Amino acid sequence: MQYLPNILFSIALAAGIGYFTLNIRKIIRNIKLGQEVNASDNKGQRWSNMVRIALGQSKMVVRPIPGLLHIFVYVGFVIINIEVLEIIIDGIFGTHRVLSTILPEGLYNFLIGSFEILALLVLVGVILFWTRRNIQKLKRFWNPEMKGWPKNDGNFILYFEMVLMVLFLTMNAADQSLQSLGAAHYVEAGSFPISKFIVPLIDGFSEGTLFAIERGAWWLHILGILIFLNYLYFSKHLHILLAFPNVYFGKVTPKGKFKNLESVTNEVKMMMDPNVDPFAAPAEGTQEAPSKFGASDVMDLSRIQLLNAYTCTECGRCTSECPANITGKKLSPRKIMMDTRDRLEEIGKNIDKNGEFKPDGKQLLDDYITREELWACTTCNACVEACPVSIDPLSIIMDMRQYLVMEQSAAPTELNVAMTNIENNGAPWPYNQMDRLNWKNEN
Amino acid sequence: MAEYMAQGKQPEVLFWVGCAGSFDDRAKKITKAFVKLLHKANIDFAVLGTEESCTGDPAKRAGNEFLFQMQAMANIEVLNGYGIKKIVTACPHCFNTIGNEYPELGGTYEIMHHTQFLKSLLDEGKLKVEGGKFKGKKITFHDPCYLGRANGEYEAPRNLLEKLEVELVEMKRNKKHGMCCGAGGAQMFKEPEAGDKDVNVERTEQAMETSAKIIATGCPFCMVMMTDGVKAKNAEENVQVMDVAEMIANAEDL
Ligand code: SF4
Ligand code: SF4
Repeated sequence: MQYLPNILFSIALAAGIGYFTLNIRKIIRNIKLGQEVNASDNKGQRWSNMVRIALGQSKMVVRPIPGLLHIFVYVGFVIINIEVLEIIIDGIFGTHRVLSTILPEGLYNFLIGSFEILALLVLVGVILFWTRRNIQKLKRFWNPEMKGWPKNDGNFILYFEMVLMVLFLTMNAADQSLQSLGAAHYVEAGSFPISKFIVPLIDGFSEGTLFAIERGAWWLHILGILIFLNYLYFSKHLHILLAFPNVYFGKVTPKGKFKNLESVTNEVKMMMDPNVDPFAAPAEGTQEAPSKFGASDVMDLSRIQLLNAYTCTECGRCTSECPANITGKKLSPRKIMMDTRDRLEEIGKNIDKNGEFKPDGKQLLDDYITREELWACTTCNACVEACPVSIDPLSIIMDMRQYLVMEQSAAPTELNVAMTNIENNGAPWPYNQMDRLNWKNEN
Repeated sequence: MAEYMAQGKQPEVLFWVGCAGSFDDRAKKITKAFVKLLHKANIDFAVLGTEESCTGDPAKRAGNEFLFQMQAMANIEVLNGYGIKKIVTACPHCFNTIGNEYPELGGTYEIMHHTQFLKSLLDEGKLKVEGGKFKGKKITFHDPCYLGRANGEYEAPRNLLEKLEVELVEMKRNKKHGMCCGAGGAQMFKEPEAGDKDVNVERTEQAMETSAKIIATGCPFCMVMMTDGVKAKNAEENVQVMDVAEMIANAEDL
């Protein structure tokens, strides 16, 4: 019986990590449904982006207030995890504050002290975030795509973090009281700059009650963390992990450079080169032209674009800078990312159920993202610039336009006129190519 | 260019005029202003004239990769045929497309936006400007997306404005965060989707908030959009839209 807590703890830990691993595997499988891309270039640039943008949060502080609050929460979250390490060791081996026996006293006290201060900062950050969402009602959190789950998700995370931090501080407060009572097992260790203010609230409680509070908070805290870990998969909070690879794989060429479709290049070369026999069999090793241009569903997108979709934090910074969205058009780059993730998840579930993907009569185009949204984009790159985790919503819009134009010839009429003009007159307007130099003699 | 070729000469630089610069009445004025400056600085330049064709930018951004690459390859064939090395253009869309998307298709050139080119002329002392009639005037600069965000050039046009000794007032959204005029992505050639407002009107309002007398820009499409925006606000009397090159030429009364 003595080892019951250790055993229970180990089971909970294994279950928590096991289920999490399972879901991460699913994410990887789903991302692999996308087209392969080669991103082995610019390694130095990519690593430095990751350090600056993901680790250093450089894009977050572009908006100073939420940026700073986010840094509190982020740094707190990362550093307090050292404490979680101690909790896990204690849990498995039945020790108490094991690090205090390994680390020099001064260092241990410093660590626990900083965790507490960080916990307070996280608490402050999270409360202010909640206020911005729910009281101040910042516009970007109230766009149409933020109804239902996305809205609740945003708040759940904040409640979660509040509860975790309060549990952490309560645990420490009870621990202190037990330490000062000289309770067995409770070594004197740690400094508690914040939770000492909670101590008066539990002053005079019996050792038994304090023990119950301390253990209760300890267990709820670590179980909470395990639940939170598994919540990530269902949430926009996945970004705390995926932001790193996502930024690494983010665009490293000038934003204005759109990729040239190689399959098209081959065909155009063939058309323009009089020496090529168009009916000749493709040379050995050359790629067959893909059966499809552009994207109508998530499988047509690249793996990086799908990783983008899982990474999106739904912060709406992109949408709040989007000229189309600002002027009331239906387009919202955030929604493009959310739709992509939703559709990808739908396909993932389909595969879970059927063993492989069974066509469900749906696709990303029309069932999720409408043509009206796609045609409203000015390709201005404001969304790409605004995204704190290097997501490129514009690339998805472009791929889908390519599908519309090249597979379906479904461009808006005026665009078809402009394109016919380019084809015939070398300009998007119906002028004669021979008049191109007329400006020279006009006054 | 054909004339140069006939004489067996190579110009210092090829001026890529672009469709707007060739055909749009307002943009033609920019073309002419820039040419005046080139002459003044004694630059040996050529244009392709009737051999120039759309770079394919609007086709590409509309999703028609076929048409884009056909245009691109035809242009590259002409440019390479003349052995062109250096190009300057007054259109950020041409600048972006030729600079970023042509190399993979076999066309690698040194390309400059006209504001960059003018700046280099000033730096080298080939061209001189003084404030002239713009001195002390309140002017705001609208960053064209395909010059600014797309290619990271924010300073060259601002430098030129500084040389004109204007009072540069920035809009809330400038440089990296500058807002689009609404023309990009082939929007120029279609009606906007339903919404509460047109993008160009929104951007013009932002510009007018600075109470600048002139909205300066460096793109023929921004020019059209912002000019229409000013008209929509019935503010033609108070606010002018000008290309930076025009301002320099005007300051000099060329
Ligand atoms: S590129 Fe398109 S989606 Fe992105 S901000 Fe500009 S208009 Fe909006
Ligand atoms: S794409 Fe980027 S900016 Fe837009 S909501 Fe997602 S994380 Fe935020």
